[in-house]
Amino acid sequence: MLLIPCPHCGERPEIEFTYGGEAHLVRPADPSTLDDAAWADYLYMRSNTKGVHAERWRHARGCGRFFNALRDTTTDQFLASYRIGEPKPAIPTGDPR
Amino acid sequence: MRETAVRNVPDLPASDWMRPLPPATRVAFQGGPAARAAAAQAFPLPDAQAVCRARRDGDRAGLWLGPDECLLIAPATTAAGALLGALRSAIGATAHSLVDVSHRQVGIEVRGPHAERLLNGACPLDLSLDRFPVDMCTRTVFAKAEIVLWRTDEQQFRVEVWRSFAPYTAALLQEIARDYVG
Repeated sequence: MLLIPCPHCGERPEIEFTYGGEAHLVRPADPSTLDDAAWADYLYMRSNTKGVHAERWRHARGCGRFFNALRDTTTDQFLASYRIGEPKPAIPTGDPR
Repeated sequence: MRETAVRNVPDLPASDWMRPLPPATRVAFQGGPAARAAAAQAFPLPDAQAVCRARRDGDRAGLWLGPDECLLIAPATTAAGALLGALRSAIGATAHSLVDVSHRQVGIEVRGPHAERLLNGACPLDLSLDRFPVDMCTRTVFAKAEIVLWRTDEQQFRVEVWRSFAPYTAALLQEIARDYVG
């Protein structure tokens, strides 16, 4: 079973978590001023990264907190996790595989 | 309705390694560090930094569930209204949430030399004593049920499970136990 590092509780089994999609998406301050293309871009367009991806997770069956994590989408390896509000850490160098 | 639910613990099997615990008064607390520190004047609560730890004082205990969330357990002789009142007056105007959840869940005690293995039959955490010491507690899963697991002694755990999941949890424990206890 995949172990996911919760920044509050430490490494915990995958089935305690729910996935929250790509991280660091900022909702436009005034959506009514956007045209349809820009609004659709915010709503639907995601980076679909192959490699290190910043994403939200929730430790739903644990401490209940949302947090952000860096995961390599090709290997499923978690490289870092950090609390909501903290800046995205630098991507660790070197080949984790 | 609430009183009926609190008094009537579901009819669960009891044996020398498992027993349903008597009714208890339970309060769900949510609040920031200031509210937690104030509430700790009225009830034993773990510090926000005491991750996944319970703090006990006699037969009362506060369980760390999250950085801003605790589960308070007291004997049923403590009236929920009185406990809520004491906590509210200790916390004052600081933002917080206190909810009486006495009737929401039931306690199941699992004990004996096989306790770790019985729980690990459906709970994926490492429950060895060095990784899950006495008075460690956490919300986690037991197969399809969400539980709060608290190690109350080296060979004794308290499982807090929502009452509608209690028969399922108890039956699954019995099933797992067929491999360990006759």
